[in-house]
Amino acid sequence: MTDTPFSVTAAGAPPKGGRASLARRVLPYAMLSPAVLVTLAIVFLPMAQAAWMSLHDYLLWKPSGFAFVGLKNFAAALSDEVFWISLKNTAIWIGLTVPAQMLLGLVTALLLNQKFPWRPVARALIIIPWALPSVVIALMWVWIYDANYGVLNEFLLRMDILKSSIPWLADPDTALYAIILTLTWQGFPFFAVMILAGLQSIPRSYYEAASIDGASAWRQFWHITLPGISGVLVTAVLLRTIWVANSIDVIFVMTGGGPGYATYTLPLYAFVKSRTNLDFGYGSALAVMFTIMLLGFVILYLKRAGKAVN
Amino acid sequence: MMVGRKSKLRRILTVDLPMLAILAFTLGPYLWMLITSLTQESRLFTDGPSLVGATLENYVRLFRTVGFLENLMHSFIIAGGTVVVGLTLSVTAAYSFSRFSFRGKRVLLLQFLVINMFPIVLLILPLFVLMRKVGILDTHIGLIIANSTIAIPFSVWMMTSYINGIPKSIDEAAMTDGCSRLGALWRVILPLCTPGIVATGIYIFITAWNEYLYALTLGGRNVRPITVAIQTLIGEYQVEWGLLTAGGIVGALPATILFLIVQRRLISGLTQGAVKG
Repeated sequence: MTDTPFSVTAAGAPPKGGRASLARRVLPYAMLSPAVLVTLAIVFLPMAQAAWMSLHDYLLWKPSGFAFVGLKNFAAALSDEVFWISLKNTAIWIGLTVPAQMLLGLVTALLLNQKFPWRPVARALIIIPWALPSVVIALMWVWIYDANYGVLNEFLLRMDILKSSIPWLADPDTALYAIILTLTWQGFPFFAVMILAGLQSIPRSYYEAASIDGASAWRQFWHITLPGISGVLVTAVLLRTIWVANSIDVIFVMTGGGPGYATYTLPLYAFVKSRTNLDFGYGSALAVMFTIMLLGFVILYLKRAGKAVN
Repeated sequence: MMVGRKSKLRRILTVDLPMLAILAFTLGPYLWMLITSLTQESRLFTDGPSLVGATLENYVRLFRTVGFLENLMHSFIIAGGTVVVGLTLSVTAAYSFSRFSFRGKRVLLLQFLVINMFPIVLLILPLFVLMRKVGILDTHIGLIIANSTIAIPFSVWMMTSYINGIPKSIDEAAMTDGCSRLGALWRVILPLCTPGIVATGIYIFITAWNEYLYALTLGGRNVRPITVAIQTLIGEYQVEWGLLTAGGIVGALPATILFLIVQRRLISGLTQGAVKG
């Protein structure tokens, strides 16, 4: 481009000569533009289109129909029983999965922060669920929950906890909770490594000082550990809430939303509605509504991440 | 001596045993799947999964009759393509974010973060409509583009944090020696952040390899990646758990191995921002 050496800090002294200064002002944008333009084209344009589709009657099997109907799809959702069932399930699903993942992750992180000979091995193995494709996870747990041959039933029967086999995924009362257990299993390693990173940033001297003062292990946990990792905890909870809310592949493969509507969540409903009914207008409206509900969490997360940016 | 033994026992009770229990919970399902895949289909429903008389029969059948090799190829092309697109677009962007201050930097950087937060359902429908119009539905290109919606923002963030870790004085030295800005990026910074590029690339690969909803909706007939193939097996072979679990093991293997190789670097990259925030 140019051989003129730029001053290194962008906020440095203003360079002499118009050409260099222009190039210096343009260069950052030029280097950014490929990534920004592509995301505009493949993310923001489609998003705008989804919002636009949600205002239309748009059934994919009716080729000519794309009538503007305003907020009709949104009004229809509010009087749709399945919408409310899905919303309730989404709330239960997030409200149980995220805390369960966090607690198990916290315990795991505290253990991994202790010294024991095989710690490196444990640390590497604990994150395996993270690397597995969600289809494989779903398949694996469907096999575990299998009513006739599943290992869970067999185990509980042998332990005399159950009198007879339970069809975990086919029973409307247990299906949602069975999936919540699966998601907890999948997501707790993320909390474990995040919290572990937080634990390791707490200076050891704090604990030494506390034990000299005679503080019990519990008091040390309450007054040093917890405040030390609170930042990481909040960030991880926000991020996980967003991810768990969005994740539909595991449910889709495990139950497809059934039995009945027992495991429908809002994004799954939007997906199924568009995929099987090809009702893209209504599906988009559901997706848009769900996104708006999620936006609060996204904004909270951005506020925290924004601080890290600066 | 006595104190040492007592504290060792205590450690076993309070650390080793609980850790083993958590590991059993973590690895149990995976190992159960592995054992199932090694059990003969006919014995599965009489004796249950067991390592006694382990056989590779299910794996042989998977590749001979179901055509799994082709699915693996599709997954490799898509995941590899996504890595190439994600990395080429993000490296210059990350350099720009890391080294310059300019108008709108914060907004632009945050928009890459926002993209990650939006539900994939919101994107699937319009992408389906757009790709049908352009005629790239059910092609490798189509799925690479779809996966890039996740890969680009992620890799911009990862790469920015890696380049931030390289002192600015190194660029300065290179430019004093007569390099231009781009020359310094190309000759000095890129080689220095190779480990970061590799880790980011591998993470993109894993994510694209494991992706399912895009693959199902925007591909699935001609281009059928491994995740869709596994799911299709569930429908077609309702009770053949040996075959299914073999498919699961094969499908999960590349991503798992890559993950174990780079986990240390990945995790430090992923948690850095969170700890600071």
